[in-house]
Amino acid sequence: MLIHPAVHVEDSPAVELDGVSLAYDGTDALRQVRFRVERGQRVAVVGPNGAGKTTLLKVLAGTLRADEGRVDVYGERPGGHICIAYVPQRSQIDMAFPVSVAEVVMMGRIRQIGVLRWPRRRDWAIVHQALASVEMDDLAHRQIGELSGGQQQRAFLAQALAQEAQVILMDEPLTGLDLPSQEAIFRAIDRLSQAGVTVLLSTHDLNLAAERFDQVVLLNRELIAAGRPAQVFTPDNLQRAYGSHIHRVADGDGLLVLADTCCEGDEAGG
Amino acid sequence: MRPVGEALGWLTGPLAYPFMVRGLTAAVIVGVVCPVLGAYVVLRGMAFFGDALAHIVLPGVVLAYLAGWPLVLGALLAGVTAALGIGAISGRARLKEDSAIGVIFAAAFALGVAMLSTQRGYAVDLVHILFGNLLGVSPQDLVWMGVLGALALGAVFVFYKELLVLSFDPVLAATLRLPAGFLKNLLLVLTAVVIVVSLNAVGVTLVLAMLITPASAAYLLTRRLPSMMGLGAAFGTFSAFLGLYLSYYWNLPSGPAIVLVATAIFAVALAVAPRRRDLWSRWRRGAPDVRPA
Repeated sequence: MLIHPAVHVEDSPAVELDGVSLAYDGTDALRQVRFRVERGQRVAVVGPNGAGKTTLLKVLAGTLRADEGRVDVYGERPGGHICIAYVPQRSQIDMAFPVSVAEVVMMGRIRQIGVLRWPRRRDWAIVHQALASVEMDDLAHRQIGELSGGQQQRAFLAQALAQEAQVILMDEPLTGLDLPSQEAIFRAIDRLSQAGVTVLLSTHDLNLAAERFDQVVLLNRELIAAGRPAQVFTPDNLQRAYGSHIHRVADGDGLLVLADTCCEGDEAGG
Repeated sequence: MRPVGEALGWLTGPLAYPFMVRGLTAAVIVGVVCPVLGAYVVLRGMAFFGDALAHIVLPGVVLAYLAGWPLVLGALLAGVTAALGIGAISGRARLKEDSAIGVIFAAAFALGVAMLSTQRGYAVDLVHILFGNLLGVSPQDLVWMGVLGALALGAVFVFYKELLVLSFDPVLAATLRLPAGFLKNLLLVLTAVVIVVSLNAVGVTLVLAMLITPASAAYLLTRRLPSMMGLGAAFGTFSAFLGLYLSYYWNLPSGPAIVLVATAIFAVALAVAPRRRDLWSRWRRGAPDVRPA
């Protein structure tokens, strides 16, 4: 009844895509996307609405299958892994559901626990450790809907930690969060990265992408550019991704300041 | 002491009759089993599907009745076939799923009534099948109800964490490679089984109320699935008990009596529920995964 987890190929990159295309109802969502991500990298996936960010993450999670091209996670197709965690947009979850934060986190361990078994003491210890590492152990017994948006997002990140995921995919986790919540998520991501966990996160915030991530994947249905932020955010690339809505301003410290006039306050995602 | 004595007499008097004892036992089974599974029906937004399934069971019941089989057997056959059939169709047909279910459910119900109408004295039987007749539960019915009810409860217990993940976050279930198709079909079949268990008590037309009314009342008052199920079972049992006495003393069909008690409990729950829960908004927008399969 259960599929055996895929084996990781040694020395393979965490994520590798080659010629990945996918269409919905005849409209291209992704065209010939190709990039690779080394283990432990923090990657921001950026692009305008409808650029295929969510689609890309779902292809990596193995919940959508590419029409063509090759997708490898640790050298194997994503369909066989249980080490990939997908943290959905908050709007996709019914937060009024009667579960506690600890129970939500425990859901990440369902495969480790196994069929016909109940969580053991060790599983609960891992759950509380995961909650502690997103600074939320004191909220373990609250109902999930009682938390703020940022806390909910961290609870789902803790679920990915409890899953002992090696690749964590987060869909727009920063949208609508206040700064302290964003910082708490970044601290957790940084610790994960040091532990060798690869994190791919979609966002509309190009400045955060430029400042806080090792690598940026700039999408607009096709891959515009992938690599270090300074290489990716060139005027030419931004023009190709966003048209004339975006401006690149270099400030005194050599940091990028990107003014996004297109997607302000828009949570629809793509 | 006199009022107490009278109340006790009101409660214990009917117990002199074996049919009443059987009726009460059946009431407890229905009262516990329905809300436990009903919790998933409420949380997954499967109310329409549950109602449809209950009506689809009718031709099976009538067929068994005409052939002289245990009614439960016919109902079970029709219910499980329909549950799996709807699960299979909903993946393929171009039709919107609720329309497809509606077509099948009305057709099956019509067929059942037409089949029954060929029989002499069908009006009485029809009332019992449509609205329940706890006072007419046979020892054989009781055994069936007990066995099927225990099976349904056992399955909910055994697959508790898998069903929880599937209902709360279907995407997580997919990324963790849980056998989602199996689990969804399991829920459909369990719903069919529970409907069959409840037929004697509340009848085809009111089964839906036992599935969702006590569970919804419990949903308003609790914040954990196990307590929602437990409180729902308490509400369901109380409704079935009191409903049966009302049915006995006032000569009502047991189904409406039980459902009215359950609805009264729901109304109280709605009035006292903390503001943090908004069942109405859940009903308006529907639960996240409204597909039955």
